[in-house]
Amino acid sequence: MNKLQAIYRKDRHISRLVIMIVAWMIFMAITRFSKFYTVINFTTMASQFPEFGIMALGGMLCMITGGIDLSSVGVANVTSITMGMFMKTQMVEGSISAFTMIAAFAMAICIGLVVGAINGVLISMIKIPPILTTLGMNQLVTGISMVITGGNAVSDLPMNYAETINQKLIKVIPGKRGVMQGVLPVQLIFFVVIALIIWFLLARTSFGKKIYMIGTNENVARFSGVKVDRMLIKTYAISGICAAIGGMIMLANYNSARSDYGSVYTLQCILIVVLGGVDPKGGRGKISGVLLAIILLRLLETGLNRFPQISSYYINLIYGAVLLLVMVLNYFVEHPITKRKAA
Amino acid sequence: MNLKKSLRKLTGRSEFYITLVFLALCLLIEVRSHQFFTPNNIVDILSALVVPGIFAIGEFMVIVSGGFDVSFPALASLTGYATTKMLLDMGWEGGVWLPILITIVIGGILGAFNGLFIGYFELPAMIVTLGSSSVFKGLMQGALNSKQLAVIPQGMRSFGTSALFIAENKTSGLTSRMPTTFLMLVAVLIVTYFLLNKTMFGRGIYAIGGNATSAHRAGFNVKRTRFLMLVYVGVISALAGLCRVSMMQQMHPTNMLGMEMNIIAGVVLGGTAIVGGSGTLYGCMLGTALIVMVENSMILIGIPTVWKDFFVGALIVVGTGISAMQVTRANKAGLRNLKKEAVK
Repeated sequence: MNKLQAIYRKDRHISRLVIMIVAWMIFMAITRFSKFYTVINFTTMASQFPEFGIMALGGMLCMITGGIDLSSVGVANVTSITMGMFMKTQMVEGSISAFTMIAAFAMAICIGLVVGAINGVLISMIKIPPILTTLGMNQLVTGISMVITGGNAVSDLPMNYAETINQKLIKVIPGKRGVMQGVLPVQLIFFVVIALIIWFLLARTSFGKKIYMIGTNENVARFSGVKVDRMLIKTYAISGICAAIGGMIMLANYNSARSDYGSVYTLQCILIVVLGGVDPKGGRGKISGVLLAIILLRLLETGLNRFPQISSYYINLIYGAVLLLVMVLNYFVEHPITKRKAA
Repeated sequence: MNLKKSLRKLTGRSEFYITLVFLALCLLIEVRSHQFFTPNNIVDILSALVVPGIFAIGEFMVIVSGGFDVSFPALASLTGYATTKMLLDMGWEGGVWLPILITIVIGGILGAFNGLFIGYFELPAMIVTLGSSSVFKGLMQGALNSKQLAVIPQGMRSFGTSALFIAENKTSGLTSRMPTTFLMLVAVLIVTYFLLNKTMFGRGIYAIGGNATSAHRAGFNVKRTRFLMLVYVGVISALAGLCRVSMMQQMHPTNMLGMEMNIIAGVVLGGTAIVGGSGTLYGCMLGTALIVMVENSMILIGIPTVWKDFFVGALIVVGTGISAMQVTRANKAGLRNLKKEAVK
């Protein structure tokens, strides 16, 4: 028992998220076991969360530095549109070669890198507050995508692109008409790779240490010899790349691209990051918390869909309620009653 | 020397630059189209300013107190929907006073919900409002099962359509009606100005934005001030929602969602410090007017509407960039002068 308490106390926030996930899983097991606990259900969930999960991971880095990235969705859309257009020009009989696909990936990453780096320059050198820079940048890139598409959707994309991203590997489950279905979605591989890279950056490199320092106190970091400007540019560039990869996955999921797809993701990403225990003032937060928050939100939404009589619009209510609940719990734990009276 | 000093003081403020940009844009549109300084165009812009203007005043107060409110579109939608639906079910045929009353009550309650978390639990405003906007949206779309209401009560309809006066363009013969809802903007503006500048409550908001601990030490009741401010912001946001519903002649539940970012941009463009503690209502209205003007007047300069987002984005980046650079420069100059005086 003491051991359990020790684990709980080691990181209360993460423990609380785990408890919430477990409680929800038990609730689903009691009420809708046969509909929820199927391999296909979990495979579907694993293919749904990467597109906004990756954007949230990028946003997490920015929030650790004390900033915020609101431009992810705009960047994702502008990349998916340019990728879609590029692939359409290279399309031969409805499909593209592997080389073109790699070129399109490289192009997407470059776009994300450039937009992110511009964000970083504006924030660090011209000193525009991050929230405004990325907000303006979001409008700007959304505007660019509006102009290049004229507000229409880019569709009739090469079929094999969507097939590549949407396929599920390790075909072990017998599906319909004798076709074996896979359990490992390609989107999840993207997500895991990026999560590993970001974990490595945060926990094992000086880059990680430095961005925590910038988030805690920018001036102190500057006087300790951290090249703050350069670090911020790098951070926002990474966030831009994450957004671009999110855009790549969105393109495959919808099989079309448009300037106003995924606009709910902007606030959803912030919600995930905060729910994951990242301090919006910067300097604190762990990737494990954010991963748990992503999983929790996905489980909640999918679980709720198993109750057909409940409107799916309630999911908003639940998202908000979970966020407020976690925050209030944190408040009561961090401010014991004696302390609160003193303050 | 005195002139130089006051000039420097002027150029160190971002309101000054935003006024310049505003005037330049007016002149640009006038030169390109010869349609800007016509009575009907100005009335059109003013009537487009009503809803964003009221929202901006609420957002301005929250930013001055050191936070961000992203819940007001959801709050206004929920209140607007609940009020309209309630009155339709009642079959209300009377005047607009009852809708306004109901709106104020619901808006106040929802504002108090925000205020409870932000004021008494001392949680960051942006995160709380992010959560509460989700909650409001969920309540509206889930619990109230909102659908588009094509008919609105008679009182609200006449409130939205009646005109204070009608402006006519002599050369083109186009007319524009100045809506009665504009009075709402004026009233909110006057009340807020009075609250912010003439009462201890208003000075408390500035003090909290500057430094909450100092404000507490100076004797302000930080928790209660924040709470009351969010109730007030809830009320005026809800009133803006009512104006919007009345002016559109229908209730569209998701129509207002997504406005929050442009409103924040307008307020900060007008020189309100993003960390709180300083800013003027004048700048806030000017910044909002600038965004509204760019959104509405692109067509007059001959730019296709698909470029709208691009230009609003560019305006935010360039506008805030210029004022950020000027303010940094002014601060540095001030510091240098201080050092000089210290050496003497």
